[in-house]
Amino acid sequence: MEDKELLETIERYLTDDMSSQERTQFETLRKNTPDIDQMVVEHKLFLDHMQSYAHRRSFAKLTSHTFNKLLAAGEWMTDDSISTKTKVIQLWNKYKRVTAIAASVGGFIALTTTILVMSLSPSLNGNQLLQLSNDIEVIKKKQQVQGHLINEVKSKVPGNAKFISGGSGFLIDTKGFIITNTHVLKGNGAIVINSEGQELHADIIYSDYSSDLALLKIDDEDFKAPKNIPFVIRKKRTDLGEEIFTLGYPRNDNDIVYGKGYLSAQTGYNGDSNAYQIQISANPGSSGAPLFNDKGEIIGIINTRQKQAEGVAFAIKSTKIFDLIETVNEKENKKAGKIKLSKNNTANLNNRKSQLSNLKNYIYSIRSYN
Amino acid sequence: MKAELNEQALLKGLAGNDSKAVETLYKSHFSSIQHFVLNNNGSFDDARDVFQEAMITLYEKVQSNSFVLTCQIKTYLFSICKHLWLKRLHQLGKYSGPLSSQEETISVEQDMREFDKKEASFEIMHRALNSLGEPCKSLLEGYYLNKKGMQELAADFGYTNADNAKNQKYKCLMRLKKLFFAQYNIGE
Repeated sequence: MEDKELLETIERYLTDDMSSQERTQFETLRKNTPDIDQMVVEHKLFLDHMQSYAHRRSFAKLTSHTFNKLLAAGEWMTDDSISTKTKVIQLWNKYKRVTAIAASVGGFIALTTTILVMSLSPSLNGNQLLQLSNDIEVIKKKQQVQGHLINEVKSKVPGNAKFISGGSGFLIDTKGFIITNTHVLKGNGAIVINSEGQELHADIIYSDYSSDLALLKIDDEDFKAPKNIPFVIRKKRTDLGEEIFTLGYPRNDNDIVYGKGYLSAQTGYNGDSNAYQIQISANPGSSGAPLFNDKGEIIGIINTRQKQAEGVAFAIKSTKIFDLIETVNEKENKKAGKIKLSKNNTANLNNRKSQLSNLKNYIYSIRSYN
Repeated sequence: MKAELNEQALLKGLAGNDSKAVETLYKSHFSSIQHFVLNNNGSFDDARDVFQEAMITLYEKVQSNSFVLTCQIKTYLFSICKHLWLKRLHQLGKYSGPLSSQEETISVEQDMREFDKKEASFEIMHRALNSLGEPCKSLLEGYYLNKKGMQELAADFGYTNADNAKNQKYKCLMRLKKLFFAQYNIGE
């Protein structure tokens, strides 16, 4: 028997995956062959260690998750003299402060504490994953909007609207179709802001909660439709280790941010085959940002990051965009029209800098309100 | 009698990874540990870490077949935490005489030795897995930790068929075993 087959057999023996006849045969073989007997013992030891490793790891996760949940719910007082608050608390405090500032601006918008819900959305994956939507920066944005009013630029947002969430998104069709994450759109309405700070009204055309993908369409007379979309969406899988980059709006000041990294696994969190794991710095607000490969093709959409590990993020595979488009096009949404994707990749330039300055025109900051 | 039954139910829940049981244990016992650690030169984070280790110790104890808890959960967790915190203070050179607490404790030496041994092999496995690199690491984790089938893994990782994935898994496994035992045997 080859080593590989032998090991497989041992594994089946140890995991009780054998017929009684085979089992008897194997036990005889084991008895008569000291080498094989030794291999069985050794492999059992190894598998036992694997097992207890798995158990401890998942239990440690469960305790951390429980602890953070209770802590966030205010179960314990953390001593003031000790700066040991967990990330959740730090975020919360930060938001509390921004909230206070915004309120002082003059009640331009009423604020709700639903802000807190943001990164803690339990529907996802407890404390292991952080959705990268951004519920707070919006408030700051409103302060800028006030500035806009002074410059006699009218905001597209209804006066009494409350911002709920935000993130990034990108144009896939010159008619104004934008792809983003469902969790970026927690409100009923949305505006999109281009890289120059211009606000445009958008309709939410379709939200698919299972894939976390959503489709918007810009519906605004100020929208200047581009002649073409300079990138294609990749249909094929992307290889491990391939260099990737992203452009999105994780910052308060609505400046576009460029990030570079590489593809680190073909599957997402817990082996999710609809996602990639990527090594890139992603922050709240990066949700919905496009992930490009070296050729400038879109290979995914950033949606979550692992809370504990810095730089580990996840992106929905671009193939899911095709699924979404197919669904929407089948519904023959007469008002919105059919989506036509770009077939030519004109963003494939050698110079990354000019490539970025071109691409940024197609990437939008997204704000959702009620 | 009722309290005892509740404790048994909690331990059973704990053994089965029941999040409700874990939550109850945190709610009932963390604050006294926090109090103890803060009163003895420690921080909130220290209390969190120490309590988590105590929870893991208890969890691994209830998982073994021969498990009997001869005292209240509260006493057990506290004893472990006290032991761990004392050790930590020693390591930091901060130890300054007996720790202040009014809680009752039991001897946990045996359990702590067990814990340390498991901790050591956990660390070795962790390092071995992490030094494998991708896709080996995810492939083996998928098969052995997340109990996925070869067919599913082949699809996830983009292998053309389950046999190729199996081949790759075998190679990765050999590497992992080599890495693991190299360290493990030194430790023994």
